[in-house]
Amino acid sequence: MAGIPHDHYEPRTGGEKWLNRRLPILGLAYDTLMLPTPKNLNWMWIWGIVLTLTLVMQIATGVILAMHYVADTDVAFSRIEHIMRNVNGGDMIRYVHMNGASLFFFAVYLHIFRSLYYGSYKAPREVTWIIGILMFVLMMGTAFMGYVLPWGQMSFHGTAVITGLFGAIPFVGEAVQTWLLGAGAVGEPALNRFFALHYMLPFILLGMTLVHIWAFHTTGNNNPTGVEVRRTSKQDADKDTLPFWPYFVIKDFLALVVIFIGFFAVVAFMPNYLGHPDNYIPANPLVTPAHIVPEWYFLPFYAILRAFTADVWVVMLVDWVTFGIVDAKFFGVIAMFGAIAVMALAPWLDTSSIRSGRYRPMFKWWFALLVVDFIVLMWVGARPAEGIYPYISLIGAAYWFGYFLLVLPILGVIEKPLTPPATIEEDFAAHYSPKTGGTTTVVNPAE
Amino acid sequence: MSTTDDHHSEPTRRDFIYYATAGAGAVVAGAAVWPLVNSMNPSKDVLALASIRVDVSGVAQGTQLTVLWQGKPVFFRYRTAEEIEAAVAVDVSDLTDPIAQNANLTGEEPAIDANRTLPAPEGSDAPEGAWLVQIGICTHLGCVPLGEAGDFGGWFCPCHGSHYDTAGRIRKGPAPRNLEIPIASFVDATTIQLG
Repeated sequence: MAGIPHDHYEPRTGGEKWLNRRLPILGLAYDTLMLPTPKNLNWMWIWGIVLTLTLVMQIATGVILAMHYVADTDVAFSRIEHIMRNVNGGDMIRYVHMNGASLFFFAVYLHIFRSLYYGSYKAPREVTWIIGILMFVLMMGTAFMGYVLPWGQMSFHGTAVITGLFGAIPFVGEAVQTWLLGAGAVGEPALNRFFALHYMLPFILLGMTLVHIWAFHTTGNNNPTGVEVRRTSKQDADKDTLPFWPYFVIKDFLALVVIFIGFFAVVAFMPNYLGHPDNYIPANPLVTPAHIVPEWYFLPFYAILRAFTADVWVVMLVDWVTFGIVDAKFFGVIAMFGAIAVMALAPWLDTSSIRSGRYRPMFKWWFALLVVDFIVLMWVGARPAEGIYPYISLIGAAYWFGYFLLVLPILGVIEKPLTPPATIEEDFAAHYSPKTGGTTTVVNPAE
Repeated sequence: MSTTDDHHSEPTRRDFIYYATAGAGAVVAGAAVWPLVNSMNPSKDVLALASIRVDVSGVAQGTQLTVLWQGKPVFFRYRTAEEIEAAVAVDVSDLTDPIAQNANLTGEEPAIDANRTLPAPEGSDAPEGAWLVQIGICTHLGCVPLGEAGDFGGWFCPCHGSHYDTAGRIRKGPAPRNLEIPIASFVDATTIQLG
């Protein structure tokens, strides 16, 4: 499957030979598990496995929760309390599922920023990247619909706001919004369909995970140097790689242990820290919570949505050019989805011939600023839309677009990058002394 | 299929069959999907335009009654003389949305105060323009605005900071339109019919 030369599966026993002639599933499993993996992968290459396991955990806990839940506006809220109080261990299962969403996004953001720093999105991994962005969008949709199910105040009014985004589309918006909700306002039909979709979409995500893995197994992993594994011969490839099993499986297990200790500390000791108390108030269509905020993982994009108000000159210009078709409200919606779309286009916007940010002295600073920008947007998204906060959102949103649309294309032309090592083996030897079989660290690795 | 060096531009009978089959397939696929899509539109019971009558005799001047109608909150505001005065004094050219957004009026009437309010019923001691009935959903993203709040003394949406004046007209913030006025009328001195 992979372009990197490596050993292939040979059925040995009679039973294996019998099965292999009928279904080559053992060969597929072998090739997947024994994938030659760059041996210099650092700790930022653990998030993929964290995400896969989190998805499995969410599906497992979610299926159990669905057995105790009823999607009906009259009883949905009390069914959640039923899970919390009556179902054996139900509180734990629900808290794992609830905080599992946070773990999911925590891991996916680190995974995405890893790819942005080390240039994992660049050729030939564009398809892996695009599938990843689609999965990210699907994850956001799934998480949002899951948040609606407890039918608390935040569920209800959050739904009103988010479906209102589609209402902003010119001409057809209102019809689209009514179609999404199945009524003129949030109510029974919306709750029912969101439950159906919240149950279905994770399985689509699971399928896309397999395609995502298939894509990068075809191109091979990126690595911190951005240098490709040598494919000239199996001997050369072996110097740059180690098989995924057992080397990276063991490493990933260690990471999983550490991450899940942290995760279960949150689940056990502060399960509602990341939530909002308002969602423990049953939904009331007559009263909007004083301060409506989405979950923390939506905040950066929520801040971008709010940043573009009618008094911003870009918004005024677009409004004028489109004869008022694109008003401030629709502009905000375009900006929010656009913030994700520009990420998807990164492989074609980045003009640098060097893949890894490690060898790009100017890029490093702009990237660091992007990380800071993301955190600032997350912070400002939770603040009320008044005073100085709208300006901070606007600056943050401007830099987000600036990074992808200006910095990435221009930097590739004006920057003078450092020379990456010729091979992964060379990079590895600079960090781990080959004399001791890689067991001791070189004190001053030449980066 | 024809080979690359075989450039027959004349459509053959087989080409026609390909296109006809593909066309029929597309129509069938569309016909099969449409009922599924359409089933997600509002069902008949939701569509049944329920009109309700609301007793407003208990609403004192300077207060508001909120009623849920078709899943949406409707504000019945009995405005004070100061509120009416403040709303009438506004010049339409100062408004973000100069259109009345009143379902009781035909066409796009200007958003002057008289085009926003409900005509006073006969036999009522309420001053003209005292009753303001509007759908209590912010035209930005659908939150429920808070009454007697905001920079203009009308309504304020806590979600994204839209300020409405005492006639429910958008004055500041991200909302694009004035609060909507539903079909409403007095059936007697103290009862308003919605729809």
